[in-house]
Amino acid sequence: MWPEAIHRELGAAKIRVVGYVPDGGHKRLIELCQADKSMRAVVLSTEEEGIGLATGAWLGGERSVLLMQSSGVGNVINALGTIKECRFPLVTIVTMRGEEGEFNPWQVPMGQATRTVLEAMGTIVHRPATAEEVAPTVNAALRLAYNSYASVAVLIPQRVIGIKSFQEQTSQ
Amino acid sequence: MTPHRREVVKQLLEDRGELLVIAGLGSTSWDITAAGDSPLSFPLWGAMGQAAMMGLGLALAQPRRRVLVITGDGEMLMGLGSLATIGVQQPTNLSVVVIDNERYGETGMQTTHTAHGVDLQAVAKGCNLKACPTELSPLRKAIHEQAGPNFAVIKVQAEKIPLVLPPREGALLKARFRRALLGPEADSV
Repeated sequence: MWPEAIHRELGAAKIRVVGYVPDGGHKRLIELCQADKSMRAVVLSTEEEGIGLATGAWLGGERSVLLMQSSGVGNVINALGTIKECRFPLVTIVTMRGEEGEFNPWQVPMGQATRTVLEAMGTIVHRPATAEEVAPTVNAALRLAYNSYASVAVLIPQRVIGIKSFQEQTSQ
Repeated sequence: MTPHRREVVKQLLEDRGELLVIAGLGSTSWDITAAGDSPLSFPLWGAMGQAAMMGLGLALAQPRRRVLVITGDGEMLMGLGSLATIGVQQPTNLSVVVIDNERYGETGMQTTHTAHGVDLQAVAKGCNLKACPTELSPLRKAIHEQAGPNFAVIKVQAEKIPLVLPPREGALLKARFRRALLGPEADSV
């Protein structure tokens, strides 16, 4: 499964801090990171806090990753300015909503704007097309970010996540 | 008599030793610079509301070093949620000190919420941060020794004072901090 594969990539890349805002699509990956003694999983009250967390960790010499849903991307826009100005490395893994098969119309505006917003703030966007492509894409994002001091986001398509209704989401 | 902010910050940073310091936008960045610029200080020129979270990230990455976030009341108000996040993580090496002049100093000295009864110390208490003495000498000792996460508010005079500016370039501030903390390895990690 792709969450297990992402977790293996994070471990191999020596990711020590995982900032997250809970999300249905990231449920399994968050559980894996919480159970991993080599990682510190930090629950955030809003996604913007994750940018401060990641920059502080890097100042202290540790690598981190940030997990959020596409709606959270709207909450980090100004903070991404700090990433760009200081050339902090950053890896953000975004579970997409508001696209293929969305059931909640309130998710659509931010979901459709996610890539544009990230790119406008200087973040490089990777988007695996299938579940099989997720882990290699995360691997590439980690190397690009930490070898080249780049801000990289991986967008996991709603089709890969596969939640089709509100009832299904709440009962998982 | 309510103290002057520059005097408060200077006293808190006296003999700072290995203390790592993050300062929030904007007056507290000038305050720590007036007290003596150091590569182990990270003065923010932007990212309003992020200072406490940067302190948390740094404290988690450097558990054997003491970390101090010095920020203003307006900056802290923009990141109140970070106090809840710090309260969950309970980093014992982190202290957050708010220099509270009840004003937005960079934008025309408009009053902040703390001028109207909002109590940041009470918010921090509710988030499970630990109170510190507000006398400067015991507070300085607590920053270096008391098991955190620590939180203090120091009320200061609302005054317009000359800017004392640190280096402006973000990439430079980042690189000098990492080199000073991590040594030459900082460039190859």
